[in-house]
Amino acid sequence: MEYITPGQPSIGVILCCDCGAQIQPNPTNRCIACIRARNDITEDINKQGTLHFCRACERYLDPPNTWILAPLESKDLLKLCLRKIRGLNKVRLIDAGFAWTEPHSKRIKVKLAVQKEIQEGAVLQQDFIVEFVVIGQMCDDCHRIEAKDYWRAIVQVRQKTDHKRTFYYLEQLIMKHRAHDKTLGIKSVHEGLDFFFATEPSAKHLVDFFSSVVPCRWSQSKKLISHDIHSNIYNYKYTYSVELVPVCKDSIVCLPKKLAHQLGGIGQVCVVQRVTNNICLIDPCTAQLAEVSSSVYWRSPFASLCTSRRLKEFVVMETEDADVNYFTGQGQISHKHQVAEVWVQRASELGTDKMIFCRTHLGNLLNPGDTVLGFELGQSNVSDTNIDAMNQDHLPDVVLVRKIYADKATRNRKRRWKLRHLGVDEDASSQNRDYTDFLEDLEEDTQFRTNINIYRDASKQPQDGTESEAGDLPQIGLEEMLEDLHIGSDPTGEGEEMEGEEMGE
Amino acid sequence: MAVRCQFEGSNEIGVFSKLTNAYCLVGIGATANFYSVFEEQLSETIPVIYSSIAGCRIVGSMVTGNRHGLLVPSTTTDAELQHLRDHLPDKVKLQRVEERLSALGNVVVCNDYVALVHPDIDRETEETIHDILQVEVFRHTVGNNVLVGSYAVLSNQGGLVHPATPTQEQDELSMLLQVPLVAGTVNRGSNALSAGLIVNDWAAFCGFDTTATELNVVESIFKISDTPQTAITTTMRKALIDSLA
Repeated sequence: MEYITPGQPSIGVILCCDCGAQIQPNPTNRCIACIRARNDITEDINKQGTLHFCRACERYLDPPNTWILAPLESKDLLKLCLRKIRGLNKVRLIDAGFAWTEPHSKRIKVKLAVQKEIQEGAVLQQDFIVEFVVIGQMCDDCHRIEAKDYWRAIVQVRQKTDHKRTFYYLEQLIMKHRAHDKTLGIKSVHEGLDFFFATEPSAKHLVDFFSSVVPCRWSQSKKLISHDIHSNIYNYKYTYSVELVPVCKDSIVCLPKKLAHQLGGIGQVCVVQRVTNNICLIDPCTAQLAEVSSSVYWRSPFASLCTSRRLKEFVVMETEDADVNYFTGQGQISHKHQVAEVWVQRASELGTDKMIFCRTHLGNLLNPGDTVLGFELGQSNVSDTNIDAMNQDHLPDVVLVRKIYADKATRNRKRRWKLRHLGVDEDASSQNRDYTDFLEDLEEDTQFRTNINIYRDASKQPQDGTESEAGDLPQIGLEEMLEDLHIGSDPTGEGEEMEGEEMGE
Repeated sequence: MAVRCQFEGSNEIGVFSKLTNAYCLVGIGATANFYSVFEEQLSETIPVIYSSIAGCRIVGSMVTGNRHGLLVPSTTTDAELQHLRDHLPDKVKLQRVEERLSALGNVVVCNDYVALVHPDIDRETEETIHDILQVEVFRHTVGNNVLVGSYAVLSNQGGLVHPATPTQEQDELSMLLQVPLVAGTVNRGSNALSAGLIVNDWAAFCGFDTTATELNVVESIFKISDTPQTAITTTMRKALIDSLA
């Protein structure tokens, strides 16, 4: 008897029950062609899709509103396409890749291999192609850039003064409150700024913001551009004109008599201490404070006798505390100031013995030898109805406004913080005088900077050797500064802010 | 000629009926359509018997037999047994079998000469099969399936086995059973062959879903065709081949 070695069991061949082709037995007992013909596992999957592409910045839309930079045949683009295909969750995705298409054909073909169980124990794998049509659509950021030339509403902010300090303050406020995020562009003109908007409500929103933070008045006008007769749609261009009060910080004003009485009997000649949403006045002779709100100002407006540009330097010779008699019913007296009688000499006449007497509210700050900025009423030629109506004997000779701590160069060097700016198209602003005056104001007045974000300037190293020199100058403490971090890119030129360790004072 | 039919909408006709060369059993309670299909093909030649086994209609799975005899399970009632005895031809012996695996149709597949049984069947049952059905009994599996009655269909001309049966095993079985075997499917790719197909030497019935390909395979292996075969392929064949050799 022969021993027959058992060989490997070989599976026989059967006929496909549909077409009769010879096949290996499988759970469905059909040939692959018949299985494919009967079962289409991709029938629920959309074989066509759309992709939105922005021609200007070459980014693809990732719904609902993110734009992604993805070169052709890259992983990011594949991820985006797969996310857009519906019905992929019912089958198992084995492989995905791109099929080559002409770059200008505006078609992107993705080849997918999926598997699905069609019957007990039988898993079918199928390859198919999904075609995406690339449609051009402009993304919102490019829209904004393009629409800068096509605006629907404009806000024109003007201030009838010769300097721009208030506008620097306004700029910082706008940035802190992000009131400008709907604006298409900002332009700087002769006496102010223009803000362009795409819609009228966004412009109104900005105007409301201004009315709440600075004293101003505004008016509105519109111009008809086109008119659709059939559906009665009128297209207008809206213009809001915002006028800020012409008085600024460190200007000297003469109040009308009636207003002075109403404000608690303050003297008529006053110094403007600061302009926030009200005008804060201080009387140099009595250190009395008064606040004039926007509506009160416009009812009885007063002009400034002298603006901060025209102030002259004086040197303090002697100071003496003054005796002020207060009467009942007087308005609020400032406790941060001290009325003093000083003898000053003009800086140009230093060394002579021509001294001028005056009363000032800066008594607590002044020592003999200090330089102050002030205005000589007697020597100047001011034409103001309120001044002319006053009794000339009661006019002070000199009004001192503020103290100079150090010359500008020294102060610039010692400054270890900086501010951010909007992307306004204008000349280089960081060196000019108005801007440095504004920065000095920020350093000197703590209340002024509550509304502003101050950033630490990393480019200026702390100099330990000259600390003693800096002891006198008003400085901003490190705890008030924010870290200046730039993340992302904005068309308006600023980055995201990181809230640092800001503590109140 | 192979005929398609359905038992009350089910394609598994082999479960409800049993066909041999001497008689045909069908379960009761079907539509007249089902019976008419059978009677049209068979009633002139062999009796078509309506019956139930233990009150169930699934007579095809419960009984096994050939033209020599019929074996029924122990659950058959006396009345049913009497009914069967009355209607079966006299030559056919009827016997009730005490067997743990009582669905005899699933565990035994046989033709008039040879039978293949479940490897675990009782010794007495094997002897009974040998006596009553006058067949040689072999204990074997079909592929890896022990339920030989379900996965193989046998007639005197050929046999159809489960599609996953290896070729070696097909050869082995073919040698045992002395008939040509082929692996195939029935009822559009179903593996349960005896449920979907019943055959004897001249007729075959299968479920409605059987495709034309499957039907072709059935007709060719069981040698069932409409046209009577010409003499040249039957009686003269041997003589011709001899002379050519």
